[in-house]
Amino acid sequence: MQKSMKRYFPIFVLPTLTAFTIAFLYPFIMGIYLSFTEFTTVKDASWVGISNYKKIFLDRNFINALVFTVKFTLVSVVTINTLGFLLAYVLTRGIKGTNLFRTVFFMPNLIGGIVLGYIWQLLLNGILAKFGVTLSFSAKYGFWGLVILMNWQLIGYMMIIYIAGLQNVPGELIEAARIDGATGSQILKRIMMPMVMPSFTICLFLTLTNSFKLFDQNLALTAGGPGRQTSMLALDIYNTFYGRVGWEGVGQAKATVFFLMVAVISLTQLTLTRRKEVEN
Amino acid sequence: MKLRKLAVLTLAAAMAAGTLVGCSSNKATETTGTEQKTEAGETTAKAGDTAEAKGQVYYLNFKPEVADTWVELAAKYTEETGVPMKVQTAAAGTYEQTLKSEVAKKEPPTLFQINGPIGYKSWAKYCKDLKDSAIYGHLVDKDMAVKDGDGVYGIPYVVEGYGIIYNDAIMQKYFALDGAKAKSMDEINNFASLKAVAEDMQARKADLGIEGVFASTSFAPGEDWRWQTHLANLPVYYEYKDDNVSDKDALDFKYADDYKNIFDLYINNSCTDPKMVGAKTVEDSMAEFALGKVAMVQNGNWGWGQVSGVEGNTVKEEDVKFLPIYTGVNGEEKQGLCIGTENFFSINGQAAEENQQASLDFLEWLFTSSTGKDYVTNKLGFIAPFDTFAADEKPTDPLAKEIDRYMNNKDLYSVSWNFTSFPSQTFKDNFGASLLEYAQGGKEWKAVVDEMKADWANEKSMTK
Repeated sequence: MQKSMKRYFPIFVLPTLTAFTIAFLYPFIMGIYLSFTEFTTVKDASWVGISNYKKIFLDRNFINALVFTVKFTLVSVVTINTLGFLLAYVLTRGIKGTNLFRTVFFMPNLIGGIVLGYIWQLLLNGILAKFGVTLSFSAKYGFWGLVILMNWQLIGYMMIIYIAGLQNVPGELIEAARIDGATGSQILKRIMMPMVMPSFTICLFLTLTNSFKLFDQNLALTAGGPGRQTSMLALDIYNTFYGRVGWEGVGQAKATVFFLMVAVISLTQLTLTRRKEVEN
Repeated sequence: MKLRKLAVLTLAAAMAAGTLVGCSSNKATETTGTEQKTEAGETTAKAGDTAEAKGQVYYLNFKPEVADTWVELAAKYTEETGVPMKVQTAAAGTYEQTLKSEVAKKEPPTLFQINGPIGYKSWAKYCKDLKDSAIYGHLVDKDMAVKDGDGVYGIPYVVEGYGIIYNDAIMQKYFALDGAKAKSMDEINNFASLKAVAEDMQARKADLGIEGVFASTSFAPGEDWRWQTHLANLPVYYEYKDDNVSDKDALDFKYADDYKNIFDLYINNSCTDPKMVGAKTVEDSMAEFALGKVAMVQNGNWGWGQVSGVEGNTVKEEDVKFLPIYTGVNGEEKQGLCIGTENFFSINGQAAEENQQASLDFLEWLFTSSTGKDYVTNKLGFIAPFDTFAADEKPTDPLAKEIDRYMNNKDLYSVSWNFTSFPSQTFKDNFGASLLEYAQGGKEWKAVVDEMKADWANEKSMTK
C-alpha cells in the first residue's frame, strides 16, 4: 500500500498542483514581471526596467502607509495575543459555561471583513457622535478603531489555538510542579508557557501576517480617511493601482516589495519562536 | 492493484469529461445566432443569421442607475436591426477596474466611456479616431469632444449641469416673513444677497420649519466630490478664463477666497455640525433635501432620481429649482449653471473591425432613430448634445427643465466643466481631505490653499 501510494503520488498531487499553478504561481510570476513594465491592461505591457521601483517613494503615501502599518501591527500583535492567551487560560480552568464562552468569543471570526468594518463604523461613529466627532475626524480615532476591530475579530481565533496548546500540557507535569512547591505564576511561566510555545509560534505568525496584510477592514472602516492618513499598505497598493493613471506598474512594484517584506518578517518570526519550542 | 484501477478509471473519466466539454463548446459556437444566453449582470441577445457578418456590440456601461434601461435598450436594438448587443454595467465607483479587466478579455467591450482628457490619457491606445464618424457630425458643440491633435477620441453623449438646488416652497415661506432680506428669487443674484438670505434663514429656521439652510457638506470617504471637484471647478473656471487657457501646469488658485466664501456659507448654515461632516454621504444630503429638512443642496440634475426616490419625500416636483453657485466674483450676476459633461463614448480601436463598425452604427441609431431618441430622452433622461434632437425632445424632470431654462437664457453665461483637466484622482482626494480638516476646524485656510497649489503642480508633473 505504502509503495503504491508513493508510485502514484503525482496523480494525487496533480489537481492541487494545477490549481496552485493557475491561481497562485502564474499570477505571482506575472505580477513580478509586470512590476518592471508600464501597462494599462495586462496584455499591453512594455518593459521599463526598475523605474517603477524608483517611483515608489515619489509620493509620500507609501511611507505613511508603511509607518502606520508597522505601528498598527505592533499594537495589535501584543494586544491580541495577550488577551487571547488570557482568555484561553481562564477558559481552561473549568469554570461554568466554558463551551458557551468559547463559542461566543470565536464567533466574530466568522464574519467577513467588509461587513465587520461597516458594522464597527456604525458602532464607533455612534459612540463618537456623543462627543461631536466622527471616525474620520483624526487619524488617531481611525487607528484605535482598527485596533479594536482587529482585536474583536482575532482574539477568539487565537484563543482557540491557545486552548488547544494548553490542553496538551500533561497534567503530570503540573502536578509534579505543584508537589515541588511551585506557585501558580511559576507554573504558568516555567511550565505552561514553554509547553505551549508551538501555539505561540502559530498565533504570532497569524496575527503578524494578518495585521500586515489587512485590507477589507481598513477599506470598510476608514477607507484611509482622513486623507490617506489611515491607509495601510494593502490599501495603498490598491489605490496606486486603480487610482492613479499610468501608475499600474508602480502599484505592482509596491506589491512586490510588500510581498518581500511580509515574507522576511514572518520567516524571521517563525525561526525565532521555533527556537524556543521544547520537546513535549 | 485496486488503486491502479481507480487511477486508470479516474483518468479515463477525466479524459471523457474533457472530450465532452470540447464537444459542447463546439456546439455552442455552431449555434451562435439563434441561442439566447443570459448571465448575471449581463445580457446577450443574438438573432438573425447575418449576425456574424454584421459584427456585434459590447457596451460597458458607466451609470449603474440606468443599468436596467440599457439592457432593455440592447434587446430592443437587436430586435430592430438583428445585430447582437451585450451590455454590462460596472458597479458604482469601479468603472476603471472593470474596464481594465474587461479589455484584456478575448471579447473586449467595443464601446466604452472615458471621463475626459485625463481618462483619455490612460486609454489612448484603445480609443479609435472618430473624426469621420457620423455621430461626431451630429454633435452640436464640437469643442466638447475629447480631442488629441487632429483626432477625435471621445464623443460626449449627455449634457449635465449643477448648481444649488432649492426648495421653492420653503423660499416662498421665507419671503413672506417680516423683514426678509429678499422678496423673491430674482433678488438673489450674487453672493452677497445669497449670504444675507441664507444667514437670515438659518437664524429663523424654527419659523421656517427646517433644520438648516444647506444640506450636509458630505465628507464620508469617497463622498467629497461635490467640493473637491464640482465646487472647485468655479475658481478654476474663472482663473482659466482670465488667462484664456484650458489647462495649467501650476494653478495660482487666485479665486481661493471666493471658494472659501461659499464653502464657509455651506458649513456654517447647515443642518449638520461641521465636526460631523466626515460621516455624511451625498445620499444623506439629498434625503435631507427631499424630506424638507433643508432648503438648499448643491448638486446636479442627476440628483433628481435621489430626490424623487426618497421614501416620504415632501418636496413637490414643481418646487425643485436651480440657483447658480455664487461665490463673490465680479459680474457674477450674469453667471448661470455649471454645464458640461464627463461622459464620453469611445470606440475600442483594438476590437475586431466589424465590431467597431457595429458600435458606430449603434451610436448612430441611438441618437437618430425615433426608438433610440425616445430611450435617450425619456428612459435614460439624458440631455443629448446632438442636432438630431428637436426642441421638444428633452427630458421632462424638473432639474433637466431648469438646465434647459438656464441654457436658453441668453443673458447668462454657463460655467464650463473644467475639472476634466484636474491633474488626477489623487489630487482631488488630497484636496478633499484638506477641506475636511478645514471644515472640522483642524486646519488653517491658508494651509489648504498652499497644499492645493503644491499638489496641483506636483500631480501635473507626475502624470505628464
